[in-house]
Parts: sequence; structure tokens; C-alpha cells
Amino acid sequence: MVLQRRDLLGTAAAAAAGTVLPRRRARAQAQTIRIGVLTDMSGPYRDNAGPGSVVLTQQAVQDFGSRGFNVEVLQADHQNKPDVGASITRQWFDQGVDVVADIPTSSVALAANQIAREKNKVHLNSGAATSDLTGPACSPNMVHWTYDTYMLAKSTGAAIVKTGGDSWFFITADYAFGHALERDTGNFVKAQGGKVLGSARYPFPATTDFSAFLLQARASRANVLGLANAGTDTVNAILGAREFGLQRSMKIAALLMGIYDVKAVGLESGQGLLLTEAFYWDLNDRTRALTQRVKAKNQDRPPAMEPAGCYGMVLHYLKAVADMGVAAAKASGADAVARMKAMPTDDDAFGAGTIRADGRKIHPSYLFEVKAPGESRNPWDLYKLAATTPAEEAFRPLAEGNCPLVRS
Amino acid sequence: MDDIFGIPAPLLFGQLLLGLINGAFYAMLSLGLAVIFGLLNIVNMAHGAQFMMGAFAAWMLLAWLGIGYWWALLIAPIIVAITGIILEKLFISRLYKLDHLYGLLLTFGLALIIEGVFRNEFGSSGLPYRIPTELSGAWDLGFMFMPVYRGWVVIAALALCLATWVIIEKTRLGAYLRAATENAALVQAFGVNVPRMVTLTYGFGVALAAIGGVLAAPIYSVNPQMGSNLIIVVFAVVVIGGMGSILGAILTGFALGVVEGLTKVFWPEASATVIFVIMAIVLLARPAGLFGRA
Repeated sequence: MVLQRRDLLGTAAAAAAGTVLPRRRARAQAQTIRIGVLTDMSGPYRDNAGPGSVVLTQQAVQDFGSRGFNVEVLQADHQNKPDVGASITRQWFDQGVDVVADIPTSSVALAANQIAREKNKVHLNSGAATSDLTGPACSPNMVHWTYDTYMLAKSTGAAIVKTGGDSWFFITADYAFGHALERDTGNFVKAQGGKVLGSARYPFPATTDFSAFLLQARASRANVLGLANAGTDTVNAILGAREFGLQRSMKIAALLMGIYDVKAVGLESGQGLLLTEAFYWDLNDRTRALTQRVKAKNQDRPPAMEPAGCYGMVLHYLKAVADMGVAAAKASGADAVARMKAMPTDDDAFGAGTIRADGRKIHPSYLFEVKAPGESRNPWDLYKLAATTPAEEAFRPLAEGNCPLVRS
Repeated sequence: MDDIFGIPAPLLFGQLLLGLINGAFYAMLSLGLAVIFGLLNIVNMAHGAQFMMGAFAAWMLLAWLGIGYWWALLIAPIIVAITGIILEKLFISRLYKLDHLYGLLLTFGLALIIEGVFRNEFGSSGLPYRIPTELSGAWDLGFMFMPVYRGWVVIAALALCLATWVIIEKTRLGAYLRAATENAALVQAFGVNVPRMVTLTYGFGVALAAIGGVLAAPIYSVNPQMGSNLIIVVFAVVVIGGMGSILGAILTGFALGVVEGLTKVFWPEASATVIFVIMAIVLLARPAGLFGRA
């Protein structure tokens, strides 16, 4: 706890009045910002978000330093279930938590988004992919920081169409995220003159074996296999695609894949894959410095994109709180988010950026190619940069999102 | 070639074959469950975790000791079976006289703990395990591209299922086992060490799960939750086949693999549900399962 002169004066006055304890406690409460990291601790997205998101959130708090208020970081496992996530969010807000952060798994994020708006708290999202968060479901209480399905679709989708991959078959996780990723990628493919020949939507998370869908993909005679899924599912689908020889007639587009997924596939099977991230630990001096600071706390691994997003967005939120005052920030989540949008962002993970009216954080996106085993110099040296989409082009144009906040 | 129900025939044949391959995993796992339930009366919810341990044991043997796939196929199940035997001695053996529910809850708790420990240690993304070079490559069957390794899985599973069935139904040892489930006291009176036999049976059931895990390691990501998705389906297979029926578990495993495979073509969204719909129908019509004795 950081002791302030004002606290001491207030305490002294309270002591004189004979009500020391309740006053002190009330003041401590008012001076504490509580951030709940709601993430997947036990399922397929644990490595991509999970404990790493908690570590990076704590790092943001540490790097922000002491500026006259306390910050407390809580964590919970939403088990990728919207009902579980919604009830934790509700409970947290009722217990005085100010911010719910991270929330991978789009269906859970959409549920929590609604509650944050109802209760006028703050929803900082890094882990969820659906572009609907800044589209029809946008909210004055939410910032969507790291990436979204539109960003992934534009970068990976466009790059593959450019190299001649013009007919696509999707294997799609059958829930909000997979649907959004398939839709956004399909739109790009069609806009560039390509065709979508079909898709197979499989039950999430109950599917382990993808061979039946891979066979359908091959039979469709498409030349690109679009994987609109994530985590272990993507890994299993890629391993299956290699096994069934799909790479002979099709390019594989893993539309959402992170460093830990690449590690799980292995460079041997993964080399040459194109994928898009907004953060990579070895991108520049600042990302390397951040990685150095957190590596030991993060099981000796570099942070993935989603936890890096937690770092950036929590740091920026705390700057906004310091700017507007703790009391005002706690009183209205919408005001705090408005202040975040009014201030330019700058952090080690993403560099300088801005937040748009619809809650979309704007920064460049990077297309990476997975290295061959011979090119990799250390266990986490996995990518080479293939292309960069500049910040102003990386995300969906403000006017096209159908966000009610923008229209009004 | 002609279409069948609007699906090109080659695609349909391919899916049938894939269904059989997945069915091989279901059969192998439900076999272990059926052996354990039939002879110990324990609903082994830790089976999925033990499947996962088999895959991890194979990975550890390769990554840490340089022991390859073929030896892993032998050593990994023995290691996992030993852990199973320890669990049986320490915990499960205390529950034989109690209701099924206690065994179910205990083994479910054990499964959660085991998966949690592996998740903490190895993360959730999984670890790569290469297909052995002897079994890499694929056959072009005309109607589909058939990886050699998947063919091997079916053959291995069939051989394993057949051997287990023969041991339990046709040998003297199997006769002792079956007799012990009917009347343990009487069998013990004939000089058979029943508690040891029961312990070893649990170990054998667990080893079957672990072999499944080793077979799965090269084709799926080796990750801590790899068994938990499968185990629910496998339980449905056992229930449909008839709890404790060995032949029922094998046949139902293959059959449901095919049904699930076909559902993936006609209505992929329902492929996780179809098995439970069948389970509900079977339970309504034959509460003891297709091959169970009421």
C-alpha cells in the first residue's frame, strides 16, 4: 500500500473523531484500482493467454510504478464458458472490481462486454478475436487492444491471395470466433477476386480429429485451406493436413496462430506457414527489453501476443486513471475509457498508437513466416518478418464496422 | 463416380475409412474401461488422463532419454500401468465395497489433479512427436490419400482388442478373473490371490489406455487435455455397448467411429452430439446397452 500525505491527514482527523478504522478502510478502498484478469487457465488457450496474461498485467502495474494509488490484480478461470465468465464478471463488479481484462474466447468476451456496460465498469480486451466487439457489439466501456479477426484476415488472407491462393475451403470452429474469422477472411478473398468453395464447421471444443474435414477440404479442390480456429485445434489440424498430404495441392492458412502453437507443431512441420501477429518478442529493442523483464516470471518463455496486449492496455488504463483521478475513474467506467481514447498510447510491446471511437486500438500488424529448423538460432527464434501492414490500414475502417457509437 | 446422397462416392468411402480409424481409438479406450468396470466394478474416470500420460511418457522417453517409438510402445504403458497400480493400492482398493459413485468421484478427482499437474509442467499448447520413419508416408488409394501410420493404428488396435478378448474369455487366467467378479471369496478359497489379481487387472486396463496414448502421440498434439475430450465419448461408447461387455465395447467403438465420421460429412456441427443422441435412444430401448446383460 502506498501511504499518501492526504491519507495521513485524513487518518489523523478521523482519529480525532474517534472513528479510525472504518474511515481508513473506506479510504483504502477508494484509492485502490482492482483489475480482474479473466482468462483461460485450464483449456486450449491457456498458453496463449492464461497465466502469461496475469504476469504481463502485473508487469504493467510494476512498470507504471507508484502514483498515489494502489493497484490490485485478481485472476480467474472462465473455462471458455460464457456462463462461467459472465457470473465471475458480475461477481467481481459487485465486489468493487473496476476492470475486467484479457478475456480470450469471443463468446465469453461478448457476454462480459454486456455486463461491463450495464454496470458502467471497464472491459479491456486483449485475448478475444471477434471484430464484432468493435462492430455491432461495441460499447463505450470497452477497448479492444491487440488484434481482431479483421486484422488477421486482411494480413494473412490478402498475402495468400496475392501468391495465387484464390479458392478457399475453411475448417471453422463452430462458435462466435470461428464464424467471425471465416466471414472476415472470406470477404477479403472475394474482394480480391478469389472464391470460397465451402466450409466445415466443427463442434468446439469437443473435436480432436480433423481428418474428416481435411478430406472434405481436399475434395473441394480449393487451393487454400483456411483454418478459422485457434490453439490446440489449429495444431491438430496442421498435423493432420501434413499427414494426409494436403500441402501437395493446398496452401495452409492458419488464420490465428501464436508462438506456442508453432512450438507445438514444431518447425519441421510448421516451416513456411504464414501467420499474423500484432506482437512478437524479437521484433525490436523495446519488445526484447520487455521480454527480458518478464521472461523469468513467465516460466522462462517470451510472452505471446495476447499477454503482451494485457501489458499495453493495462499500462495505458493506469495512465488514464492517474490523469483523471482515481475517484472519477472508479465512478464511471465509460469516463475512464473515454479518457483512454483521448490520450495517445505508448508502450514497449506495441510502440506508439491510438484508440478509436469504437474502442479499437490502432497499431501495425505483422505477417510472419515460420522459420525452417536450420534457420532458427535459439529455441524461441521462430519467425521471420514477411510484411508489415501500417497502423492506419491494419484494422477495419471506422465507418464499416456498424458500431452504434460511431453512427450517433 | 456417382454421388451417394449428394456426396461424391470417393469422399464417402474415405470418410468411412476415417471413421474406422477413429473407431479404433474408441474401441481401444472403451476396452480398457470395460475391463476395469467388468472386473473391478470401478468407473475409471481417470482413463482419459492415463491415455494422456501414455502419450507424454512416449514424448519424455524420446526427448529425455532418446528412446524411440517402438520401445516407447512397450515401455510407456508399463510406466503408466505402474502409476495405475500405485493408485489402485493407495486409493481405489478401498472403495470396492462402496457404491459405484465413490469410485467415479475418486477417479474423476484423480484425473483433474493429473491433468492439472501436466498442464502446470508442460503448458496447454502441446508438444510435437514425430511419426516414426518406418510408418511415415501415405498410400494413394484412388479415392483417398491414406497415411501409413493411420493404417498401422487400425491394425494395432484390432490386434490389441482381439488379444484382450481372447485372454479374458478363452484362457484360464481370464476364467479366474471372471470367477473372482462373481464370487471373490470362493475363488480365494481355491488359493488364488484375488486382491493381487484385481490390482494387476487395473494395471492392465490402464496400460491399454496408455498404449492408445502412445499410438495417438504422433498424430495429435501431445497436450494435457488430449484425453478429456475423448473420454466423454468413450464413456458413451461403453454405455451403448453395455457396461462391462468386452465384445460390446470393441464393436460399438468401431461402429460409433463410423457413425461419427459420416455425421462429419452430412452435418459437421452435430458430430459431437450424435453419439449422445444414440446413447439416449439405446438407453431408452435397452437400458443394459446393446451387448450388456440386464
